[in-house]
Amino acid sequence: MAERAPAVELKGITKTFPGVVANDDVNLAVQPSEIHAVVGENGAGKSTLMKILYGMLRPDSGTILMDGHEVHFRSPKDAIAAGIGMVHQHFMLATNFTVLENVVLGSEPAHAGALDFGRARARIRELSESHGVPLDPDRLTEDLAVGERQRVEIVKVLFRGARILILDEPTAVLVPQEVVELFGQLRELKEQGVTIIFISHKLDEVLEIADSITVIRGGHTVKTVKPEDVTARQLAELMVGSDLPIPETRESTVTEEVLLSVQGLGVRVGERWALEDATFDIHHGEVVGIAGVEGNGQRELIEALIGLRKPDTGTVVLAGTDMTEWSTRRRRENGLGYIPEDRQGRGLLLPSPLWENTMLGHQTLYPFARGPWINKKGARQQTEHLIHEYGVMTPGPDTSALALSGGNQQKLIVGREMTAAPKVLIAAQPTRGIDVGAQAAVWELIREARALGLALLLISADLEELIGLSDTLYVILRGRLVAEVDPAAVTPEELGSYMTGATKAGAA
Amino acid sequence: MKRWRTRLLWLLVPVSAIVLAVAVSSLVLLSIGESPVDAFRSMFRYGTQANSVASMINRAVPLFVAGLAVAIGFKMNLFNIGVEGQYRIATLLAAAAGAAVTLPAPLHIAFIMLVAMVVGAAWASIAGVLKVKRGVHEVVSTIMLNSIATGLVAYLLANHLRKPAAGSELLIATPQIPPSGQLGPLTQLGGEDLRSFLLLAIVLGVAVYVLIWRTRFGYDLRASGINPDAARVSGVDPNKMIMRTMLLSGAIAGLIGMSDLFGFFHAYTLDVPTGIGFDGIAVALVGLNHPVGIAIAALVFGWVDRAAQILDLQGVPKEVIIITKGVIIFSVVIAYEIVRRLVLSQEVKTAAEETRRLEEEKETVAA
Repeated sequence: MAERAPAVELKGITKTFPGVVANDDVNLAVQPSEIHAVVGENGAGKSTLMKILYGMLRPDSGTILMDGHEVHFRSPKDAIAAGIGMVHQHFMLATNFTVLENVVLGSEPAHAGALDFGRARARIRELSESHGVPLDPDRLTEDLAVGERQRVEIVKVLFRGARILILDEPTAVLVPQEVVELFGQLRELKEQGVTIIFISHKLDEVLEIADSITVIRGGHTVKTVKPEDVTARQLAELMVGSDLPIPETRESTVTEEVLLSVQGLGVRVGERWALEDATFDIHHGEVVGIAGVEGNGQRELIEALIGLRKPDTGTVVLAGTDMTEWSTRRRRENGLGYIPEDRQGRGLLLPSPLWENTMLGHQTLYPFARGPWINKKGARQQTEHLIHEYGVMTPGPDTSALALSGGNQQKLIVGREMTAAPKVLIAAQPTRGIDVGAQAAVWELIREARALGLALLLISADLEELIGLSDTLYVILRGRLVAEVDPAAVTPEELGSYMTGATKAGAA
Repeated sequence: MKRWRTRLLWLLVPVSAIVLAVAVSSLVLLSIGESPVDAFRSMFRYGTQANSVASMINRAVPLFVAGLAVAIGFKMNLFNIGVEGQYRIATLLAAAAGAAVTLPAPLHIAFIMLVAMVVGAAWASIAGVLKVKRGVHEVVSTIMLNSIATGLVAYLLANHLRKPAAGSELLIATPQIPPSGQLGPLTQLGGEDLRSFLLLAIVLGVAVYVLIWRTRFGYDLRASGINPDAARVSGVDPNKMIMRTMLLSGAIAGLIGMSDLFGFFHAYTLDVPTGIGFDGIAVALVGLNHPVGIAIAALVFGWVDRAAQILDLQGVPKEVIIITKGVIIFSVVIAYEIVRRLVLSQEVKTAAEETRRLEEEKETVAA
């Protein structure tokens, strides 16, 4: 194999976004007709790397080689022309089209100006048979199961002549049975000479299907290994990193009083249970951490708790009152705080002044409202107070939120949730994407909140954060709370292997 | 100093719009062999006569109300294209209801306005319900409802609400509203009535301003427009918000025809102006969804319409003025976007500098 040039080689790829280095000197060599897995935590830089390979982003530096020749992609069109195809995690199919129509969409076969469906149909049949991807070209896409839709995406890419297939988290949307089928098809494709790049963070799956595995962490390529040479645990260690956090020993402030009680909470998304039978209590003065790789039900849990999504099963009790049927506003007014994972997308009105952002989520309460009126004076005063108290670096309450750095935006959000004196605070990824200084400040605020007797739900991908701050720590995997671990005893490696399913509950 | 620079930048928006509109219209006039100088001079002379001022304001009032109705939707990214249908059906039914009752003067006026608002809101609510319950985009449904409203108005007027024909009279109209349901002119300028609904329109403009910028409802509305996800997380129920905004927009739309009804026609006739709902979209755009801007835009459009009438007398096709209006809309929207970006980047820069200064100060204090 070493004789042949790699099918795809990425050398020294670096890509920075304002304030963030997404890829830093990434090197990846994919041999022809192999299944090469790229694994890493969310935010490790996998997607950026694949977007570069697919021509959606251009690297700041570094080169892409195909079969030993340097290539430059200015858009996905160039990448497709060079034989690279991408199967996105979220399908890009028109559901009211047939399989045939979806496959040809964007590269319609024309014959003398008219659509030549006959030839396309024959080619789809041929492709699906020769590559072991069963598909009926004349079925309506909306009638297909998720696994079948994925096959449509794969055939669509093959139809365009791809010999290198990028699959972005292909198993995330599948049920176990479909995963087995998909793997069979991938092996078949490999036999046919297709090279597959498989993006995932599910280590058990990666070990099963891949010929080589490249681990990415913090924008760097850590190592490329063969699945037979590593265990899931070792892989998890590579993914999470071995730099141990210093779990902080402190006085427990946990009391007997339950402030938030979640019983059997379940959320169904289509056919799939995105969250299933979640049961836990959070006490006065307790931080409950939820560890998990993103996309394992955290979003559904949060949305069910704050009332954006109606749960299909279960109840949520806030300080003794059942709030399962309450609107988001009623929950907010009754002491539910929320620090959203997507600061700018869900937490701020970017073009608006800070005082209007301080009100957000508390716009019905003192000092922001007086009857049906907005109290601008009260809101500005509160914002000024918040700026001083929480060290938000800004000229004043009339600056727009857009003009703040990420860390200062986050301090404003944390501050506004804390000053509203909530009973329960949900903090989702509270330190994602902010600088080290702001991170420490946010951690300190969470500790203070706990000391003040809040019940905190901390949902994070940062294991150091979870271990350091939580009193109780659960692991969420595929929508289920699969394990409860002792944050004082657990190591990030152990936690990582729980999160990826490498260690099953009760095994440790 | 920074502040007046920002203000000056904002002033660029209307100035550039007018300059561009004059320039493009001149080119069009030249291309059809007319003298732009003569055309603009006579427009200016005619348009500054006292009676033209009254006419300009009378024309501007319905446009202003229409602009407000559209802007309220725009503020939360809800595109109520149905203002046209809402005001036409509301004007018809309000005129018919007003003619059917006898009430003391102020109550009679209030009653007619109430009917108009309720009908406008009810017609708009159809689009609201369709969006909330069935996910039908409001642009599609309101355009369809406009067509339905046109047909419905024609049918109701011809078959049910038409004044019984007296003698040889062929006029298709609702019965006259008695004097208690009419509004006399505020004053006369150069022999032209200045209609008194102007005062109510000003009150309405202030009310809309207060509602959007001073109330919790307005805050929720603006938040939903700026970032619907953040608004939802903050406790705004998007469906309720859509319904309320649609009802409000429709209720205001219902008032568009009132100035003409109270001050001039006193009945719904085939001469009652149409198309104001569509012009209202342009007025809201040019007025940047702010009552003051909408008032200015409505006056500009009203003036251009009035002043253009002189062109016909001089043999210049007054359709040129449609091009002028189009250019105004385009240049305002484009100039606004450019200035907004400039001001924003300026603000970000200033804030960054200020933040750096604050941080340095903090370090000096710490040291």
